[in-house]
Amino acid sequence: MNSRPNSFRSGPDERGHFGMFGGRFVAETLMPLILDLEKAYADAKADPAFQREMNGYLKDYVGRPSPLYFAQRLTEHLGGAKIYLKREELNHTGSHKVNNVLGQIMVARRMGKKRIIAETGAGQHGVATATLCARFGLDCVVYMGAVDVARQEPNVIRMEMLGATVVPVQSGTRTLKDAMNEALRDWVTNVHDTFYCIGTVAGPHPYPMMVRDFQSIIGHETRAQMQEAEGRLPDSLIACIGGGSNAMGLFHPFLDDPSIEIFGVEAAGHGLDKLHAASLTGGRPGVLHGNRTYLLMDADGQIQDAHSISAGLDYPGIGPEHSWLHETGRVKYISATDEEALAAFQLLSRLEGIIPALESAHAIARVIDLAPARASDHLMVVNLSGRGDKDVPQVGDILKGRKAK
Amino acid sequence: MTTRIDTRLADLKKQGRAAFVTFLMAGDPDPATSLAIIKALPQAGADIIEIGMPFTDPMADGPAIQAAGLRALKGGMTLRKTLDLVRGFRKDDDATPIVLMGYYNPIYIYGVEAFLTDAKAAGVDGLIIVDLPPEEDDELCLPAMKAGLNFIRLATPTTDDKRLPAVLANTSGFVYYVSITGITGSAAANAAQVGEAVARIKRHTPLPVCVGFGIRTPDAARDIARAADGAVVGTALVDALAKSLDAEGRATSSTVKAVADLTASLAQGVRGAAQAAE
Repeated sequence: MNSRPNSFRSGPDERGHFGMFGGRFVAETLMPLILDLEKAYADAKADPAFQREMNGYLKDYVGRPSPLYFAQRLTEHLGGAKIYLKREELNHTGSHKVNNVLGQIMVARRMGKKRIIAETGAGQHGVATATLCARFGLDCVVYMGAVDVARQEPNVIRMEMLGATVVPVQSGTRTLKDAMNEALRDWVTNVHDTFYCIGTVAGPHPYPMMVRDFQSIIGHETRAQMQEAEGRLPDSLIACIGGGSNAMGLFHPFLDDPSIEIFGVEAAGHGLDKLHAASLTGGRPGVLHGNRTYLLMDADGQIQDAHSISAGLDYPGIGPEHSWLHETGRVKYISATDEEALAAFQLLSRLEGIIPALESAHAIARVIDLAPARASDHLMVVNLSGRGDKDVPQVGDILKGRKAK
Repeated sequence: MTTRIDTRLADLKKQGRAAFVTFLMAGDPDPATSLAIIKALPQAGADIIEIGMPFTDPMADGPAIQAAGLRALKGGMTLRKTLDLVRGFRKDDDATPIVLMGYYNPIYIYGVEAFLTDAKAAGVDGLIIVDLPPEEDDELCLPAMKAGLNFIRLATPTTDDKRLPAVLANTSGFVYYVSITGITGSAAANAAQVGEAVARIKRHTPLPVCVGFGIRTPDAARDIARAADGAVVGTALVDALAKSLDAEGRATSSTVKAVADLTASLAQGVRGAAQAAE
């Protein structure tokens, strides 16, 4: 049994562990660079000039703070909790991903790196990386599973317009995990001049911590905005989880407020008894991509295929800090199926005039049953982590196919 | 304690020649063919046998070894069956050292203590685990050494003099120098640079240094064998195996011979280094 820690916000330890999770499980070739990165990030974090410069870009380039918007029609429709949307989809490039990429690119610049690589699932992290590489004049190579290249074509076109090279990954299951394998292979090969800009709160230490820190602006803003709107803190938080960076960014500043209920929504795909991507609900601890965390795997420790309608959640693992928050019970991890996400996608579009990313629609799907079960003075914050423009062709095809039947 | 690896490398040193180390994937393309291949290796000139433990996500391997792992997994290979393979080999050969090479997750899921006990009993001598740097020694390295297995560490071109002592601290058997920054099978090793790197490592340790990644031909094996205590060839052997398969990826009557023949010519290259040096 894990005893309840004094604080949920003090991790990781100096070796990158959140309880038993995290760590640095990488090839020796990468270790010296990872140790350099840890030092460079610690220096940057302590440097007021770095913070000042980053805040400037966050305000004028990204467009922060993102609004905390009272979703009146969704609230009335569901009848229950008062629902607020944290509008990360309004950021430049259309999702929360840019918060982290900006931070990492600024660290890369401090380290003198000229070439940036990234993995991407839905393409949101790839687009954000391509964007900031364009802004700062850096070479950019994005690895993307061939399956995802096909289902997220608008983002592929966008990355190429921004000057990035998109490499379709044909190995393994040709989705996000394979894109990450291929990015790691590139990194091992080009370690001397290349910075790996990881898109989520996973990978070897210090990435889970660093990405969380850069994304925590979501939660910090939410605290202040809710105080202003309602004169108090929210009662519950809810966010979708693939690797878990938008969720960690919203949750982290609230982890030590025990009265606040926190929900992470994994992708249940075709259903938890079928193909899905719910690592915490359906997996167990293992070691992949530099960290120990919950993974979907078979009895021999071979990684299994994940499935989600949403490319951004289609990953058989999850950030190590989420695994720890799961085991300590601080965050409740639930799930939503492809069908539920599709329904929520349409509901939010029609009620609020906001087309959510399919990823974020998973969070909305659980709001549909969590909100009615709560009183009308309950304040619920949903992280609307991305906009759905990239999903319009895919969802359009699915809905057209159904009408035809 | 002394393992078969220590004994073999000490013997070769007395003979004045480098070791020829082969790598193939366990269960590629099926368990029976894989056992036949591994049994043929010592006769063909392999001094130390590395056996890959198949894993779905081999992040330090190039396309050839990735494909070998997937063929093996498709054929039903598991870590348990990899240990069976070693046990089968040991029935006729109690001298050739066996090193298992791979990634940590299958071992972690098997259970570290159970794995070490079973591996030792099966006749495994050493382990090379790509994703366990010294920072994670508590996981497997220290328990393996306690169980009497060599834990062979990878040193790379990025492992500088400042870091080498940490990498070497809990290494035994030999040091595996990765001759390129990159994945397996991706680039050719440069013998002159390798020689400098081996000399640098030897300033920090009395252990033998074997060199791998980027050695494909008998000539390259000879050049590396002049510069190091051993030369490791993997991708070239895996390619030879792959080329011998039928259209469905199944073994043919020429599969074992294809691997054994290349092993023999590479072994001649390694042995040629000793003659040339005399």
